[in-house]
Amino acid sequence: MEKRPASFYVLAAFFMLFMLFLYGPTITIAILSFQGPDGGLTFPMRGVSLNWFRELFMEQAVGDIWGSFRRSLVLGLMVMVTTVVVSVMAGLAFRRRFPGSTVLFYLVIGSLVIPSILVSMGIGLLFDRTGMGNFWATSAFGAHLTWTLPFGILIMFAVFNRFNPAYEEAARDQGATTWQVFAHVVLPLIAPALIGVALFGFTLSYDEIARTILASGSRNTLPLEIWGMTTNVTSPVLYALGTLTTIFSLSLVAIVILSVTLMQRRRARNGSDAGRGML
Amino acid sequence: MRRANLNSWLLAAPLTVVLAVFLVVPILLIIAVSFWTADEFTFRPDFQFGNYEYLLGSAVAWKVFGLTFLMAVIVWALTLVIGFTIAYFLAFHVRTLKWQMALFLLTTIPFWTSNIIRMISWIPLLGKNGLVNQALMGAGITSQPLEWLLYSGFSVCLAFVHLYTLFMVVPIFNTMMRIDKSLIEAARDGGASGFQILTNVIIPLTKPGIMIGSIFVIALVMSDFVTTRFMSGSQIANVGRLIANDIGLLQYPSASATAVVLLITVLLTIGAMMRLVDIRKEL
Repeated sequence: MEKRPASFYVLAAFFMLFMLFLYGPTITIAILSFQGPDGGLTFPMRGVSLNWFRELFMEQAVGDIWGSFRRSLVLGLMVMVTTVVVSVMAGLAFRRRFPGSTVLFYLVIGSLVIPSILVSMGIGLLFDRTGMGNFWATSAFGAHLTWTLPFGILIMFAVFNRFNPAYEEAARDQGATTWQVFAHVVLPLIAPALIGVALFGFTLSYDEIARTILASGSRNTLPLEIWGMTTNVTSPVLYALGTLTTIFSLSLVAIVILSVTLMQRRRARNGSDAGRGML
Repeated sequence: MRRANLNSWLLAAPLTVVLAVFLVVPILLIIAVSFWTADEFTFRPDFQFGNYEYLLGSAVAWKVFGLTFLMAVIVWALTLVIGFTIAYFLAFHVRTLKWQMALFLLTTIPFWTSNIIRMISWIPLLGKNGLVNQALMGAGITSQPLEWLLYSGFSVCLAFVHLYTLFMVVPIFNTMMRIDKSLIEAARDGGASGFQILTNVIIPLTKPGIMIGSIFVIALVMSDFVTTRFMSGSQIANVGRLIANDIGLLQYPSASATAVVLLITVLLTIGAMMRLVDIRKEL
């Protein structure tokens, strides 16, 4: 193998510093969440304990964390399913030009770049003025979709840009109906990307603040609850909560990576039977 | 042909409905409210330009818009340099695809965790009694803890870089991975140095990725209010906070006027950038 240039070592050092910058703070609060009962928000550690985690589970101490977690979980799942279904349908539609497709595309980009506070305030006003009232499962649900759908659709663009239509043509030549082509050819091929869309849908919703803040009504989602806590909670209980919700998000990512890897392995193993003849 | 159009429309209908109800109507409503009149405790339909006159005549508002732009430019420059360097390292210096993907994944994982928690994570590092101050004082570099590390323009900027550099790394890495390696070999055979290859081959070919990353970062920073409020301890203003403050006082018409001006500013900036790249082609 060719000898590495000096620039490699400089860049590798830079990369490692960047990793420290990315992960350092998170690791710091993970350590500090085990602070002893008398410990504060900064080092030194005054003993090691599970005190702050225990406090999280005593509901009255810190507001409605578990209620808000449940709401965020349900909302995240609702947004996830809707994002996957709507993105796939729109992705299929965008494979060919149709009257209005350009306008719709710019609307999708607009949804991504329009300042979140406008979405939040606009939806808040709309639901308030029409008397529907703001509620996490209605107005906040819609607010989240304006944020997750553009990501889902951009991923579908990336998928279909690389999609080989020969597979569909082959299926159609064999007499498959439109639905059969979709269900037995297209869907299995795009499945790994859909897991990615689902992950985007869930986590972007689960962590959303700016678009939710004026559109969630009186019942908070988890990030809003944490946002509220930052102004009045000054104990490591905040770190304990942060550590738990980070672990939750990381496990989701791990599950997704694992399932995509397994899927690809299975595909490599059972891949093409070309040339093996009909049995 | 007609039938094919009908099919496309049906497939695009759910997306259209969601965006119409939750994006277009709310924005139109804000535009309408920006012409309304506010009293002390309430606001009512009207058609007058008072909110805009007040906003555009306010020196504070101009200053805040200027500061917001300045912050966007600073964060853009920092995330671009850092993001480009990281992507360049991954795409051209890491040799196996397996390692490239592993390290790329490592850079993207924090994106999936909560932004507000990632902001909170800076407190034990940058606070008055935080690790950085402890280290600086321990090493004898400063005798007093530095106050400007947290709840300052510095910490706001740091948090933006921390949260948003990823939005540069991903599209730039994506375009870099699609550069035909034989172009680089050809440049080397022609006698180009590593630096010349970077400036004459790689950077020009990476432009689409750079533009997409820039669009994300600039849009996010210009319209932010959560990060600025938390990381500055409510001490620094930007346009988003101006709007949020008005809403807090129930001054919806004035908040809407500011929001409309912000929207126009952001759309003009992003629109200008979109002319330089075809997003659909680059995905």
